[in-house]
Amino acid sequence: MSGEKIIASMIPVHERSNGLGGGFAAYGIYPEHREFYALHLFYDDESRRAECESYLKERFEIVDAEIIPTRTMREITDEPLIWRYFVYPRRTQLRSLQIDEREYVVRVVMKINSTMTGAYVFSCGKNMGVFKAVGYPEDVGRYYRLEEYEGYSWTAHGRYPTNTPGWWGGAHPFALLDYTIVHNGEISSYDANRRFIEMFGYRCTLQTDTEVITYIIDYLVRRQGMTYAEAANVIAAPFWDTISHRDPAERDRLTYLRTVYSSLLVTGPFSIVLGFEGGLMALNDRLKLRSMVTGQSEDGDRVYIASEEASIRKMDEDACRISAPAGGEPVIVYVKEGRRESVGTY
Amino acid sequence: MADFEFTVASPSGTATRSAARINASRFDHRSLNEKIRAAISSGTDEVDVVGCLGERFIAAGLSSGSIRIGGTPGNALGAYLNGASITVYGNAQDAVGDTMNDGEIIVRGSIGDAAGYAMRGGRIYVLGDAGYRAGIHMKEYKEKRPVMVIGGKCGSFLGEYQAGGIIIVLGLCDDERRIVSNFPGTGMHGGMMLLRSDCEGIRFPKNVTARPATPDDLSEVDAILDDYCKRFELDKARILDAKFTKVVPDSKNPYKQMYVAN
Repeated sequence: MSGEKIIASMIPVHERSNGLGGGFAAYGIYPEHREFYALHLFYDDESRRAECESYLKERFEIVDAEIIPTRTMREITDEPLIWRYFVYPRRTQLRSLQIDEREYVVRVVMKINSTMTGAYVFSCGKNMGVFKAVGYPEDVGRYYRLEEYEGYSWTAHGRYPTNTPGWWGGAHPFALLDYTIVHNGEISSYDANRRFIEMFGYRCTLQTDTEVITYIIDYLVRRQGMTYAEAANVIAAPFWDTISHRDPAERDRLTYLRTVYSSLLVTGPFSIVLGFEGGLMALNDRLKLRSMVTGQSEDGDRVYIASEEASIRKMDEDACRISAPAGGEPVIVYVKEGRRESVGTY
Repeated sequence: MADFEFTVASPSGTATRSAARINASRFDHRSLNEKIRAAISSGTDEVDVVGCLGERFIAAGLSSGSIRIGGTPGNALGAYLNGASITVYGNAQDAVGDTMNDGEIIVRGSIGDAAGYAMRGGRIYVLGDAGYRAGIHMKEYKEKRPVMVIGGKCGSFLGEYQAGGIIIVLGLCDDERRIVSNFPGTGMHGGMMLLRSDCEGIRFPKNVTARPATPDDLSEVDAILDDYCKRFELDKARILDAKFTKVVPDSKNPYKQMYVAN
């Protein structure tokens, strides 16, 4: 799928954002470089770029480096320098640090984002990329020429910042490795979540709450080895009352997750879509204080997830099986070699 | 087709009804609502709005006229509605009939969350399902008694903080889901709910009483069910041939001991 449809899906929900942030995540867009990490960076100026590139060269073999192509548009202003690099970690460094390459990439990204003023890595996964800016999402999509990319999975977001500044790095999606998060809502538990996750080397630097969900997912799924459904049971753990009425095995499992990871319970209203290599997960807060609708194409080959049915109808007039996932119940969709299996409320 | 055209329909009976057709895809939600209001205030009886795709606040505050909607109308359809009639031929999104005062909203598909939020009069009839928080904070005063009838099933928090009015859920679909999901009637302190189910396995909060409905309970809403079944061409006798549960608040003072002893 090109980016054309997902750009269009943002038009009926124009009023949900205020032009202070729009963005997209696209999966499967760099097949010719699929073995390499695709780093997308914002730089304030050329001197920051030179400084950051020399830092990158010490840590990675850079296979390719280029300016990300954009359109000049009057709707998008104050552009930073926007570069992408296809890289792989230097083996000698990996060996001496005794860590795997994904952990290595995370550490380098955290270092740049927390210490190099004027340089931000906003995407760092394989065969995927995030594209974001200050602007309305439909304009941001055209700005990045997303109709020229082909992917198997796309997410999009329009921002309406309420508590924090609207700036290029603060637009959604927030990404770490192949995990990306788009989020509607606000996280009441942000500081509790941040304090916990920063104990494990993550640094919240982007001046907005959503970022922390991305790191929570990375921590739970990559480092703790949880399934996505288990991670959802931590982030949106059922109420104790609900847990107490489950069968004994399920009750024990949910009690364990809620007790051990109590600091990663995310409270406050949210609907999120998590993108990852090979799939998507949609999740609402357990009170369902934000809207979310899912649907499918008639042939069942495509799944749609949106805040409003109108966005789905814009992409596919004949979409069927329109339904609303219950609060706290993840909808997980996998795409693999043309075969799709799904769990959750589907 | 013109963006906006007036036609005079053939006379029905002795009265001549006038009609207008508006293609929503040509307008943003503000202009669309201006067109609808202009048509109604110039004396048009029926307005067909076609090609809707997420336009918000359609027919908000309208006191008269009949609006028929094709496509997917946006959030807050018929907000503050004050007497007009709205019919939707597909699904509607969130906050249908937010704070509506009078009139009717008929939806032949399903509706999203928070339908009838703080509704204080009029009727909402839905053939399909409702999402979370249907009828949240409905209220009534003297002759103003709002009514919501859902033909399918409902999400969690049905009738949350309900202060008045009538919510009826019929569950007219054969599937495994319970007629209403978790926490129905949380904070309910007025009005009543009638659920076409024995409600086995459904846990109600302490502030409400749920008991099997009596023939008297059903005859109290007979006129409503009659009207509902006529609109959707349903067989009322078959619908009534089932167990119903009536849910009412069990205290005149639901806040007792919640914050202070009062």
